Amino acid sequence: MDYETQGSIKSAVFFCNVKYKLTYEEIKGGCSMEFKFNWEGNRDKIQKLTDFIQENKDKKGIIMMALHETQDLFGYIPLEIMNLISKEIKVPLSEIYGVATFYSQFSLVPKGENVIGVCLGTACYVKGGQDILAKLEELLGISSGQTTPDGKFSIDTTRCLGSCGLAPVMMINGQIYGRLTLDKVEEIINSYR
Amino acid sequence: MITIEELKEIRQNTLEKMALKLQKQREEVLDNLGEKLVLICGGPGCHSSNVEDIKARFEQKISEKGLNNVKVSLAGCFGLCQSGPNVEIYPESTFYCGVKVEDVDEIVDKHLCENVIVDRLLYEGAIEEGGVKPVSQVNFYRKQKKIALRNCGIIDYNDINEYIAFDGYQALAKVLTEMTQEDVIKVMKESNLRGRGGAGFPTGRKWETAFKYDADEKYVICNADEGDPGAFMDRSILEGDPHSVLEGMAICGYAIGAGQGYIYVRAEYPVAVERLKIAIKQAREMGLLGKNIFGTDFSFDIELRLGAGAFVCGEGTALMESIEGRRGMPRPKVERTAHKGLWGKPTIINNVETLANVPPIILNGAEWFKSIGTEDSSGTKVFALGGKVKNTGLVEVPMGTTLREIIFDIGGGIANGKKFKAVQTGGPSGGCIPEEYLDTPVDFGSLSKIGSIMGSGGMIVLDESDCMVDIARFFLDFTVDESCGKCVPCREGTKRMLEILERITAGEGTPEDLERLETLAEVITNSSLCGLGQTAANPVKSTLKYFRDEYEAHVYEKRCPAGVCQALLQFFITDKCIGCTKCARNCPVSAISGKVKERHVIDTEKCIKCGTCMEVCPTGAVIKR
Repeated sequence: MDYETQGSIKSAVFFCNVKYKLTYEEIKGGCSMEFKFNWEGNRDKIQKLTDFIQENKDKKGIIMMALHETQDLFGYIPLEIMNLISKEIKVPLSEIYGVATFYSQFSLVPKGENVIGVCLGTACYVKGGQDILAKLEELLGISSGQTTPDGKFSIDTTRCLGSCGLAPVMMINGQIYGRLTLDKVEEIINSYR
Repeated sequence: MITIEELKEIRQNTLEKMALKLQKQREEVLDNLGEKLVLICGGPGCHSSNVEDIKARFEQKISEKGLNNVKVSLAGCFGLCQSGPNVEIYPESTFYCGVKVEDVDEIVDKHLCENVIVDRLLYEGAIEEGGVKPVSQVNFYRKQKKIALRNCGIIDYNDINEYIAFDGYQALAKVLTEMTQEDVIKVMKESNLRGRGGAGFPTGRKWETAFKYDADEKYVICNADEGDPGAFMDRSILEGDPHSVLEGMAICGYAIGAGQGYIYVRAEYPVAVERLKIAIKQAREMGLLGKNIFGTDFSFDIELRLGAGAFVCGEGTALMESIEGRRGMPRPKVERTAHKGLWGKPTIINNVETLANVPPIILNGAEWFKSIGTEDSSGTKVFALGGKVKNTGLVEVPMGTTLREIIFDIGGGIANGKKFKAVQTGGPSGGCIPEEYLDTPVDFGSLSKIGSIMGSGGMIVLDESDCMVDIARFFLDFTVDESCGKCVPCREGTKRMLEILERITAGEGTPEDLERLETLAEVITNSSLCGLGQTAANPVKSTLKYFRDEYEAHVYEKRCPAGVCQALLQFFITDKCIGCTKCARNCPVSAISGKVKERHVIDTEKCIKCGTCMEVCPTGAVIKR
């Protein structure tokens, strides 16, 4: 690595640390859970990720792929890992951070054990998707985008899950629940408790 | 490496085992073969309702009964999501709907063992006086014509042999051995196939541009970032017939001279991703992707790339940015992507449905394709019918079919006996079409004339209980959320429009707001960088044009005619009240007073319009007005 790139990475790291703290505080404002990245406990996953990066290093456009892999492995995209990716593929952290924050599927904070995605696409909206969301928020005591303090549930709103024929729908950990009613929502949530 | 002879052999051998599936595709009843086929829908809707368990139960029960002549198969989307999970039995072509695991035993015992139809599970629309209609004669299917969805709901999506049996990869073999690149482009141009992703650009002309541009590398991209809320056509094709997309891409690769393809698919579609991975693996193993396909010097491979939840990435250049690993922001259109696209190389980007149309066009010729549809737009179009219509689901009709036919004949009209108000086509880029234009034939040209677009094929039906101002607000909320922020008109303009709409739905709108909306809509349309911004105002423009009276009721009379906008509603207790006091006890702000067994009254000053009273009332005496 030549001197110039090294310099730009350093400044990027500095910039992003500042920016990250800001976001972290912001997110924490609405997030009732504490989280800290555990280097020791995640050693295997980190190894897996570095292996993945080494394997695909020559492929063009690797940032998105690395971020997807990170999200799959850790459930979110920790700043520490973004730093690691930056060093591995020699791309400034600022750029990786920029990509990670652009896409709504990437999360910088950990999600709950059960991730609920409430569909607010058009078909679901006209069939009462908003009411389903309100019911979930009431049941779990958190609002959309947050995670319950015990880390069991988080609620996200999504734009169309492509199951419009079953509207209104929600998705829990990849499983679609369709033709929802307010009572059904309660029943389903209880089955995950 | 596979040869063409081997491909034909696979086709012949597999086809022999698939006679009943062929019957479904050709919609004709074959001679009794002494076999039966239980076909289970594994489309997006049904798949989420435990069809895997249903299939397992069928297999178990059938082997218990020792029925050796019955096959069970899971296929892609049947289309009629409303009634799912759906099961069809051939050769009778009996259509069972809403099938649960518990129902399987009865179907096996009665239908398969004793040839007695299980009436209670029959699809309502299939029952006619004195008998049962075959699936293809059901109203929902009768007017449909399937080209892009030709294999969906018939073949096993995880079995490349079944795709090959239904002429799969024959078109690729044909172009590689019998046609020059120019020939392929000529056929595509003559067929007048237009891009099914929304813009409707002629596919052949696009390919020609890339073909004529010299470069050391070229790319083919399949745009599977189906982000329009209310649209799931591409998802159904990817999940039900993934190979047709791979074949279409390879043909495009040959025509323009590309060696690498990418499929950019939404991460929200995990099932589609899984099935595509399997399909690509199978095609590679068979030598239908990779080096020297069919022993020619044409090599082509396909890689999957995942989106991550950004609607704007459906825009071609934003999608390329995303594949390149950057923020998905559109590029200024200084140069065409067919000249300078992905990594600065000539790139063809086509939508899933467009690519699925390519193999049949190559096999059947341009004339055949042109004979279907209208002069403006050849072929068929797949629509995702949703909202307040009876039969929600996936339909494929010839271009030129009227909206009325799609919504009332195929869709069965409005559910719950309500009145039709509008149909929203084209998602956040489209508009709302009122009843008076229902006889408009659907093609690219005629829909844009009435202020909407065909878009990718989402069709959401709205009834009298939907507020058009609220619908416009909903779409603007979506666009504001999804605007990438690169250009000012879209970033700032849509936000201001949303604020105005929020004011109107909150009852704080002024007459000037309507003028402001109109001006803003013009400016955003004319000056945005990409398609997202240029079409963002369409929902507002079309509702203002056709439903201005609703806007005016909100602004002048502070009234929401459809009873949707909470801030403009008043809750009222009618004389149905039996005085049970339930509402008064549950009211969070104690706005309800009244004696036991006497009619109660709501104090509108205190009322916060939460709707609790309406929910708890046992007699339905509380109304909104």
